[in-house]
Amino acid sequence: MSADAAPAAAAEEPRRNRVVVSDDGPLLVDGPVEISLPDGRTVSADRPVVAICTCQRSSIYPLCDTSHRRRHRRKGLR
Amino acid sequence: MTTTTAPTAATGPDRCPLPSPRGPLSEAMTALLTGAGRTFPRVADADPYGEDLQLALALSHELVYRGVAGVEDDLEWDPAQLAARAEMQDHFLAALRADVAGGDDLDDVIEELLVEPADGEGVSHHFARDGEAWQFREYVAHRSHYHRKEADPQSWVVPRLQGAAKSGLVSVQNDEYGAGRGARMHSTLYADMMAELDLDPTYGAYLERTPWPVLAEVNLQTTCGLRRSLRGAAVGQFAVIELTSSPASARLVQGIRRMGLGPATEHFYAEHVEADAVHEQVLRRDVLRPLLELEPGLARDVVFGIQATEHLGGCFAAHALPAWREGRTSLLALLT
Repeated sequence: MSADAAPAAAAEEPRRNRVVVSDDGPLLVDGPVEISLPDGRTVSADRPVVAICTCQRSSIYPLCDTSHRRRHRRKGLR
Repeated sequence: MTTTTAPTAATGPDRCPLPSPRGPLSEAMTALLTGAGRTFPRVADADPYGEDLQLALALSHELVYRGVAGVEDDLEWDPAQLAARAEMQDHFLAALRADVAGGDDLDDVIEELLVEPADGEGVSHHFARDGEAWQFREYVAHRSHYHRKEADPQSWVVPRLQGAAKSGLVSVQNDEYGAGRGARMHSTLYADMMAELDLDPTYGAYLERTPWPVLAEVNLQTTCGLRRSLRGAAVGQFAVIELTSSPASARLVQGIRRMGLGPATEHFYAEHVEADAVHEQVLRRDVLRPLLELEPGLARDVVFGIQATEHLGGCFAAHALPAWREGRTSLLALLT
């Protein structure tokens, strides 16, 4: 491959969607996506990055609502 | 005082209406802005958490957003106005620095933000449990001071950042601004909710009756955004919003359903449950981490931004919750 061809080749590189696997939270997937569920439902998510629940505790499953967070007893002001 | 005209039907640019002064500082700032005076009183004697200083500072800050009705645009750069603003910001910042724990253990502070209290007593817990609809309307009127310009105070920090942290922060802002669709901007969704709740969505409509804790929260955001030296604190306060909003919004959705409020109202907070669950991850991974890799010395400022925001959030809860418990308005005048 000649040096001249390199930029063109780089430009043709497909823009891959990124999936980020975290150790303590949701999967982060580049949106928009369609999520197919075992019960036959399909959920569309249009935002630029979509957080997909991996702990199964989310009230908006399959999307993350931060329910994976630890809870403990303390006075909270929020 | 009520209108159902959505701001999409606006015929001209937003201008914040000029509110009534609350003391010598806000009186002098009003005079500076209207050309009625050029002097400014001693700031050091004022209560940094008072109605007067916070309104005067909010007025000065409004010049960097949509502007104030009847005020020349160029007053944004008027030396007397800028000097008064800087002096009030310094006085306010000194009080905040004295009132927060400080430190530079960011991991510890973030960890604390991410743990949800099981017995929370804050505003969102109040609405999830037994808050009433008239109180919720007041809450939405208060918060309009931020949400009708949602994300704008945080945008000031963008040119102060470089590399991955800048890119990460802008990806969150892109979502806040509707990712290219004006109708999905969070500030627009907020206006839709206000109209549904029979509140006036006009920009600045409730400034007249918004008490100091709400003004102080946005004044801190603007101060940190406008001062490059406080870029760490600006990212810190941004982190508080994005890390705590999702569970708090979920509690508000719960309360909204219980109170039987409308779909636009539920949608605004439901959108934040979903969006801020993403933003939390992006903030930690793609903003805070690269920012501190590049400038480890900023940890102390990020911590300050987080603690100061939490402190002022606590001031709002301490202001509003007792008023509601006693059946009083939490605003400076009753909503109609």
